[in-house]
Amino acid sequence: MSRYLARKLSIYLLTFFVAASIDWAIPRLMPGDPINGLIARIQADPTAAQEMHGYYTESFGLDEPLWRQYLNFWLGLAHGDLGPSIAYVGSSVSDLIRAAIPYTLALLIPAIVLSYIAGNRVGALAARRKVLDNTALPVAYVLTATPYMWLALVLAYFLAFRWEIFPISGAYDFALQPAWTWEFARSFLEHWFLPFLTLFLVSFGGWAIGMRNLIIYELEADYANYLQALGAPNRLVRKYAYRNAVLPQMSGLALALGVIVGGALVTEIVFGYPGVGTLIITAITNRDYFLLQGIFLFIIIGVLIANFLVDIAYVIVDPRTRTGLQGS
Amino acid sequence: MATVEPQQETVVAGAVVAPSVTPQGRRRSETLYFAFRNKKLVAGLSLLVFMLLFAIVGPMLTDYDPFEFYDAFGQPPSKEHWFGTTAPGQDVYAQFVYGLRSSFIVGAVAGSVAAAIGMAVGFAAGYLGGIVDDILSILTNVVLVIPTIAVLIIVSAYLSVGSLLWEALLIGVTSWPWAARAIRAQTFSLASRDFVSLARLSGQGPWRIIVKEIAPNMSSYLFLTFILLFGGSILIAATLDFLGLGPSEVMSLGLMLNVAVSNSALVLGMWWWFIVPGIGITAIVAALYVMNVGLDEVFNPKLRRT
Amino acid sequence: MSVKVDNLRVYYRTLRGDVQCVDGVTFGIEDGEIMGLAGESGCGKSTLGKSLIRMDGRMQHMEGRVELDGDELPIDDSKAMNRYRFKSVSIVPQYAMSAMTPTRKVGKMIEELLESRGVRFSTVKAELERRLTLVGLSHDVLGMYPIELSGGMKQRTVMVLSTLLNPALLIADEITSALDVSTQKAVAETLVEFRDRGYVKSMMVITHDLAILYQVADTILVMYAGKLAEKAPAEVIIDAPLHPYTQLLISSLPEVGVTYEEQKLTGIPGRPPPLLDPPTGCRFRERCPFAFEKCVEEPPFLEVAPGHEVACWKVF
Repeated sequence: MSRYLARKLSIYLLTFFVAASIDWAIPRLMPGDPINGLIARIQADPTAAQEMHGYYTESFGLDEPLWRQYLNFWLGLAHGDLGPSIAYVGSSVSDLIRAAIPYTLALLIPAIVLSYIAGNRVGALAARRKVLDNTALPVAYVLTATPYMWLALVLAYFLAFRWEIFPISGAYDFALQPAWTWEFARSFLEHWFLPFLTLFLVSFGGWAIGMRNLIIYELEADYANYLQALGAPNRLVRKYAYRNAVLPQMSGLALALGVIVGGALVTEIVFGYPGVGTLIITAITNRDYFLLQGIFLFIIIGVLIANFLVDIAYVIVDPRTRTGLQGS
Repeated sequence: MATVEPQQETVVAGAVVAPSVTPQGRRRSETLYFAFRNKKLVAGLSLLVFMLLFAIVGPMLTDYDPFEFYDAFGQPPSKEHWFGTTAPGQDVYAQFVYGLRSSFIVGAVAGSVAAAIGMAVGFAAGYLGGIVDDILSILTNVVLVIPTIAVLIIVSAYLSVGSLLWEALLIGVTSWPWAARAIRAQTFSLASRDFVSLARLSGQGPWRIIVKEIAPNMSSYLFLTFILLFGGSILIAATLDFLGLGPSEVMSLGLMLNVAVSNSALVLGMWWWFIVPGIGITAIVAALYVMNVGLDEVFNPKLRRT
Repeated sequence: MSVKVDNLRVYYRTLRGDVQCVDGVTFGIEDGEIMGLAGESGCGKSTLGKSLIRMDGRMQHMEGRVELDGDELPIDDSKAMNRYRFKSVSIVPQYAMSAMTPTRKVGKMIEELLESRGVRFSTVKAELERRLTLVGLSHDVLGMYPIELSGGMKQRTVMVLSTLLNPALLIADEITSALDVSTQKAVAETLVEFRDRGYVKSMMVITHDLAILYQVADTILVMYAGKLAEKAPAEVIIDAPLHPYTQLLISSLPEVGVTYEEQKLTGIPGRPPPLLDPPTGCRFRERCPFAFEKCVEEPPFLEVAPGHEVACWKVF
């Protein structure tokens, strides 16, 4: 078991190393002087531009040899220093990200957990009830084919704009300040619901379909045939089938994370939800490269950690990995 | 079996899980018989063909240019503007049909690129095994774990993607890992079969064997994989375009959504502006996914539920 | 008689029509008898075996009855058949290696299976352990996952499990096909031992391998293209077969000590007829070296000597 986890861990460390290096390398690989491009977009006047050029070159550390820059990059990372933000002048990237993360996680974690559980249950049910299969499945296909931002817009349009059941943007009422009060909690939940629902529905579709197909496959497996030949009741066979089907679904979970994170980003943008998504769009429109780089690293780290957690869960669930034999 | 790029992951985890590789393949007529009987395949294919025709013929039916401004601001659908106009005065129908074209192009190109890389890596790792497999597997795993969206955001933010083809290339180059993994697994099981051993004994080189013996016997599987890559690429492209990271000179459905949102179409209630492009994307991708399931059933009798 | 099969007809539904794989089969198995069912692939022997315990979706019971210890087995009614499964009729499948679910410990699976069939695990646990020891498995097996067991261990575990409730009829479906010769011998011996100890009353051993049958079977039933060709005690089939098909089968077996120079190994030229639309008359007609005019009429399966039945005009 520890060999399996150790192997996974080393892949993740390698991945982080590669990803962070890409992150560092890209602006430096662009043709021309990146600082000029930066300043040109900020459109400062010539004298200010001169000074800014000097400032940025220095703060980028571009006057130093490449290997030195690379080293500084990693040193800065070790200290949690991701640099200053251009869009939000005066704030550091780490502060901005730290402020946005809780909102994004508040959407992601419930959405991932609930859609996974609900999707698997419904998928398994659809595998054995024809009626459910014929109704739920096409819906699931449409859901999984729906782009997150579009579903967000549809939900926002009907439930917030048209019927005004939910608010249309923000994380909480403008008049309120974040506090541990019922009023704030209520407002928060109201604003949270639609973006959460968006993430939930699309992911749900994917899980339901996957599980349904896996169950069908498992019900045809040798062990299922043997059990039935010995007269085992359907519920026992189904129980075993489910247990076996969960394994590939779990592997899928680790990868689906990358997808749903992307979904969260665009959903936040539609709802003006102050999470990492909104931060990204600001970073992109303002060409705030530091912020983008910082967010990228954060996403990578988050996904890698989540992957590792899923791997641990997988080891617990699949006896084959524990016996030191072929893992996933 | 893991896979997936945007949103298809779990669809694929289930859908392409049952290996349907048989040395003889099915007899042509029997396959076609099942193919036409399969509701999902027929439904999906019909929708796809419809959207494709829409994309090809649609632009010919209108005189409006997708980027040009007309003297109608934020109008709901009418006789003059079938799908209404955007806030600054562009024709939504024109944008939609040209956007559809872009979607198909990106999907096809990105899907092909990803399929090509996935096949190259998957075949090599699966057939050659050994150290080649180890290296390629590490490579695949690393690229697999990194969330594609994150990479694409970073790269396109700096590269400022100029054309549709560049965007497609970028997407293709980052979304191949799950396909490589799946193909590798299939190649493994095929490589141990007798007819492959026979070919090996007769002295054929590895790539010749892969091209002449292995690939043709996986053709249905490869095709299914391509369909999923196609659909997935369209979704990724839409997301990129929505973030403003796609080519700005080319009309795309994601771009429409981007402009709509930044122009507060939602609070202004201009539903025609943002509902329409999304329907386009969803229709194409859903058609592809449903087709994929239908085809899987046709190729693999185990999944049939008569 | 323990098992009586009377004119059993089981067809396989396909798109192109019904494949007549078990086409009017009548035979019996006595208490304590091990009957071998031999024949080429596709002759219907596996279908016959399966039809006695669980018909899969495409199998259709067309005609005939099966009796076990006087009771008629409701083979076309899956729900009604469940009473008999495992307890009266049991099977050791061809895929014994993958017959156990990978995510459950062996002991747990056995317990859950038994409980679901209304058998308290505590009442059979001791016997289970005794039988595991008998086949050479340690009790630890129960606490392991299937992946921890070797192929041979899994095979033996499945054999113990399938016979745990002392069924009246055990169907062993190609259980030696995937094994090496020495393991085959061990498995064959275990089958006989189970019968000798009374764990199983009668057995139907399905295989294409006549050599195994010679070791374990009391009688051998040879099937060809959905119909019975010959049935006789094992030594008679091997030493003095009457049906041309059986004769050719026996002669096509390699003999120990005989080399290729001395005697060429001949197969039986030709192929069995398609069972979708079988030819009239004797189905072996096309390949039979002794065929004559009468063979266009289907020969009945008659007893030509005590305990020896054949379906061949040449013999009558």
